[in-house]
Amino acid sequence: MKNFLSGNEAVARGALEAGIRLAAAYPGTPSTEILENIADKFPSIYSQWSPNEKVAFEVGIGASLGGARTLVTMKHVGLNVAADPFMTFAYTGVGGGFVIVSADDPEMHSSQNEQDNRFYAKFAQIPFLEPSDSQESKDFVKLACEISEQFDTPVMLRMTTRISHSKGIVQEGEPIEPSAAGFKRDMNKYVMILSNARKRHAVVAERLEKLQKYSEETELNFVEDNGSDIGIITGGIAYQYAKDNLPEADYLKIGFGFPLPINKIRKFVDTHKTTLIIEELEPYYEEQIKAAGINIEGKKYFSNLGELSPYKVALGLKEAGIIDKVAMAEFEPEQLFPRPPVLCPGCPHRAPFMALKKLKVPVTGDIGCYTLAVLPPLNIMDTCICMGASIGNAIGMEKVNPDENGTAAVIGDSTFLHSGITGLLDAVYNKSNITVVILDNRITAMTGGQHNPATGQTLMGEKTKEVNLIELCKALGVESVHEVDPYDYQATLDVLKAELKRPGPSVVITNKPCVLMPKRIMGKPYEVILDECNGCSACFRIGCPAISTSTELTKRNRPKAVIDPLLCTGCSVCAQICKPEAIVLVEESVVVGK
Amino acid sequence: MNNDIKNVLIVGVGGQGVLLASEVLSETVMLAGLDVKKSEVHGMSQRGGVVTSHVKFGTKVYSPIIPYGQADIIVSFEQAEALRSIEWLKKNGLIATSRTRLVPPIASSGKFFYPDDPIAELKTKVSRVIALDADKIALELGNSRLVNILLLGVISGELGFDITILNDAIKARVKPKFVDINLLAFAKGQELAKESKTVSA
Repeated sequence: MKNFLSGNEAVARGALEAGIRLAAAYPGTPSTEILENIADKFPSIYSQWSPNEKVAFEVGIGASLGGARTLVTMKHVGLNVAADPFMTFAYTGVGGGFVIVSADDPEMHSSQNEQDNRFYAKFAQIPFLEPSDSQESKDFVKLACEISEQFDTPVMLRMTTRISHSKGIVQEGEPIEPSAAGFKRDMNKYVMILSNARKRHAVVAERLEKLQKYSEETELNFVEDNGSDIGIITGGIAYQYAKDNLPEADYLKIGFGFPLPINKIRKFVDTHKTTLIIEELEPYYEEQIKAAGINIEGKKYFSNLGELSPYKVALGLKEAGIIDKVAMAEFEPEQLFPRPPVLCPGCPHRAPFMALKKLKVPVTGDIGCYTLAVLPPLNIMDTCICMGASIGNAIGMEKVNPDENGTAAVIGDSTFLHSGITGLLDAVYNKSNITVVILDNRITAMTGGQHNPATGQTLMGEKTKEVNLIELCKALGVESVHEVDPYDYQATLDVLKAELKRPGPSVVITNKPCVLMPKRIMGKPYEVILDECNGCSACFRIGCPAISTSTELTKRNRPKAVIDPLLCTGCSVCAQICKPEAIVLVEESVVVGK
Repeated sequence: MNNDIKNVLIVGVGGQGVLLASEVLSETVMLAGLDVKKSEVHGMSQRGGVVTSHVKFGTKVYSPIIPYGQADIIVSFEQAEALRSIEWLKKNGLIATSRTRLVPPIASSGKFFYPDDPIAELKTKVSRVIALDADKIALELGNSRLVNILLLGVISGELGFDITILNDAIKARVKPKFVDINLLAFAKGQELAKESKTVSA
């Protein structure tokens, strides 16, 4: 049967056809939909959200050692979190086939860096497969499982945003019934104390030789012979961009990217007048090809910054003298206002940031919807490095540069549970004078609304224990833990002001859920009484998409405000800060007849 | 470049239903037995950002991205986004846009401005523009969510597919109880496209 699937949907389907027994992950764009699809469509596979990627990876190791085929998925930076088990699991090898999906994000559509995780496979000395479309995304899951079992190694399936989120036609195959062969005790193999680990490192080296031979022979690295004297070495999405521009060139398409088929590459280069390497992000192929003494170019023509595109590849091909001209836009692009992503109307994160802005304290930030507070008009966030970093950042900042008004760390519920708990423990242990603001909206919102240990529900839809954040913080030793309603601006401001001044670590937890997920929250909307509006623009500066400029002007020619009743959720925060009290509930104004 | 490739770019703002329109179009192509790829980037788009969906179809499609200057048709759910998207448009390409006006908060900041009449600007540059009050028409048909299929109806004559295939795709992709009203919106879109041709002629 044929289906129209995204790369992520195809990986989920591939998991079914590979007989995956367990799939674990922490959500992260662009990888999130893989597990969502597995849970929705293929409940025969046990799937779970873990609190972070490291735990997901370790759960996966356990399942693999139990003899089950296993899938763990994460975004590229998620593998940094899971790098510890990843590097050593490369030594022990697997039980059941083990596939790690690393979904990289060239162009950083929704990420803080664009690291190229192909290097991780080389770093750990394990193979990686890289699909170029949805069909391969599906097919490669099963292949990766087979390679994993054949060579006793974890295998990486390296995706990118453009592969994960593009759709194509996929020919589906037959599912395999998931099984678990059982755990076979083998302490020499699985207990990495030094005496065993030294022996296992030698096994890794031997394995690499076998994988090298496999790479030269496998059809995953294939030559497309069109009789051209131009040869292109490429893989992943770059293959498609190259084909758009040069359908008739010859190709060596790399589907099995570590170790590289150096002999096949050498032969391909030798039999072509001109050969180019087209790869997205870093010169991963190029460094190894040049190190083998094969002198061909790649990054000289194709930038390592951002995503490639058909256009960028055309520009590079022109510079390399392969094509004569590049098709340009027919019409001049318009310089228009930007449409930056914003906190939603009614977002419970808005007022806490308004308060922090007013208090003029350093605010270390974290990863989530609330990172959007750095953008205009709120402009309030001083750092954003990685998951959980806000707390450690604040501790260090306060140690060397204590601020009399306090230092705030802002973190979401899911991010706190992912990797903020240890940071808070550090704050207690080392007597830090910071205030941690946990923006608890009871969902992993930025990635589209996934459950986490605070929501009371698992990925597969079962009810479960909800972690109690207040008790958790107290148990870590924080003596001052406060809960506040983020829709009460003054109360939020007051508690933050007091806690920021207090010596010792403190925690303020906001207690209202996301307005979009798991269910849409819409209250009665507010409206602006235009006669009362003095055009002060205070409500424009809170960055609510429901508020915009009216066509009506004040005497001083300042635009008045208007609220879109379809977008307004009735959170009332704008009304609380409106000095002339021009913002009122819609029904109230009807009552007073205005 | 493959000469038989047709490129359709669908643009709008997060939450407008851009993705359903490109799903129905892709389904149509599959039913017609051709190759199709579609690309959009999720993530930030949920939070009021620009959403663009590229749909490419033909005998064999390689990359899912439409190069600049290569879109045969642009469908826009928002008038300023139609103006923003023109660098993708082919020389004699068609833009079908809703007159919907979504002014972001940043345009109230005093630093940026929303153009007074994006469609008038568009018409000074592009010869083939169909602009319609899609929200209003959809509402008159019974549901504001019909904008998708209404706009698809407007461009249907340009796609080169038999109308019955498009109708079948709608039946395949829309929930059964909404099929009839969507088919009505689709027919209305076709009708409006014909009228607009009469006017411009």
